[in-house]
Amino acid sequence: MSTISERFSILQSHLEKNCKSKISKISGYVGFIMRKLLFSVLSVGPIPAHVAIIMDGNRRFAKRRSLLQDSIDPASGHRLGFRSLISTIQYSFEMGVKCVTVYAFSIDNFKRSPQEVQMLMDLMREKIEEMSAEDGVFKALDVKINFWGNLELMTEPTRLSAKRAMDTTVHNKGPELSVCVAYTSTNEITHAIEASVRDLKGKDQVQVSDLERNLYSAGCVEPDIIIRTSGETRLSNFLLWQSDFTHLQNPKPLWPEFSLRHLVWAVLEYQRVYAYLKNKKEGIEKNK
Amino acid sequence: MIEASVIASPFLGIFFCLLHVIVSLVRTWSYLVHQIQCLIISSGLLPQYQDINLDRLRHLAVVIDSEDAKNKSKVHQLLCWLSDIGVKYVILYDIEGVIKKSDKAYKKSSANPSETKCLDFAPNMLLIFDMFGMTVEIIFYTDGKEAAAKGANYLCSNYLKNQDDTLNKLGPKFTEPDISSALKAVGHDGPEPDLLLVYGPARCHLGFPAWRLRYTEIVHMGPLTSMHLVL
Repeated sequence: MSTISERFSILQSHLEKNCKSKISKISGYVGFIMRKLLFSVLSVGPIPAHVAIIMDGNRRFAKRRSLLQDSIDPASGHRLGFRSLISTIQYSFEMGVKCVTVYAFSIDNFKRSPQEVQMLMDLMREKIEEMSAEDGVFKALDVKINFWGNLELMTEPTRLSAKRAMDTTVHNKGPELSVCVAYTSTNEITHAIEASVRDLKGKDQVQVSDLERNLYSAGCVEPDIIIRTSGETRLSNFLLWQSDFTHLQNPKPLWPEFSLRHLVWAVLEYQRVYAYLKNKKEGIEKNK
Repeated sequence: MIEASVIASPFLGIFFCLLHVIVSLVRTWSYLVHQIQCLIISSGLLPQYQDINLDRLRHLAVVIDSEDAKNKSKVHQLLCWLSDIGVKYVILYDIEGVIKKSDKAYKKSSANPSETKCLDFAPNMLLIFDMFGMTVEIIFYTDGKEAAAKGANYLCSNYLKNQDDTLNKLGPKFTEPDISSALKAVGHDGPEPDLLLVYGPARCHLGFPAWRLRYTEIVHMGPLTSMHLVL
């Protein structure tokens, strides 16, 4: 199995394969080395194992930049948001984060106009296929991808792309990327209750552990941080069950503006409260 | 390799501390700015804060760190302030149930104990009473996930009773309204708060019932000991 350094070298060359300029290649490697140094400093303290992100602010960013007026591509805000997603995933995995979960599309988002929903589904399919390609990010980082949600609600081409991506990466041993699509937490809990009742054969009662075993996120550690960009303070029906001891953060930048320094700040804030949250979690688990 | 990491460790530690000093300085500056804002608001100089309209705040939740919750006088003061500003329904939550165990102290302290409507539930059920003209609901950790398990068992027993139905032969099919009804039936229903205030060292809901947290605005207030009237 290749080491993380070897994988990131592959990723660096993958990202710069079209970059003919020597200067930009050198600056890319320098940036990589600087990040490694920075993450070595951060690693003196606890690094979150699981970071969850509500990627809020794509449309506002596009409006702010008047891209919707000038551009013929109504998905421009979301495309910029996708670039932020790729860089955030890369930096998180370089830092040592084992799981990243993103809230891509809520069940409530189906209430948007049919044109926007179709555009988002098409964009999602395009990006899944791009990342799953032979020279894509999933292979470069050995990422295992999961899609959490009521996938039957997705359009068929997008659902098939998602399934193909999950099948292709199921044996990957690297970090996990979980994408919540057609997802709400209450829908997840409902699905878990349904599955637990269905599985109740001869057992007396449904327990909390049965419900947790039937969540979409079963097998994944609970998130250490949930970041919602744009300064919004709601969780909007995202990982409500899993976030008992999660540090909730709401930085002001819109999602396309979210960068390495915001991620580093998020980890520093988490390190300040780590001992308190760990203590609370252990207290409850001791009393179970 | 091992020797290099031994040499590098102290330097990494120094830079790590430096980073956290920077974070502390930024947070201290933010705290000072916030305190100045509170001072200006409480002085009444800003007209928009003189008459707070709480029409859209139908239900308020307060999550208190259990260590802070042991300070009954502070919790009592918070409830008085909330009542004074016109909050009508408060959900008090602490993870260990410290407030629930001391509910009698809060009931006794209400202005007119004889007019206090107190619904005496069994220890594992919701506790709701009126205090200062405000409905106060007290919950803790078991009102979250364990309540969901109880709701699941309620739905299961109904499902098994109707096993002869053709529909049930396809397996259980529940909707979100079914779950809400089940939670109500087992005594763990309640309104979804519009706003949730977190009093403690970290912005974390500490296991507040997930079913009631969907679109709640969550605001971190800091430790309960440093609370002041300008919320």
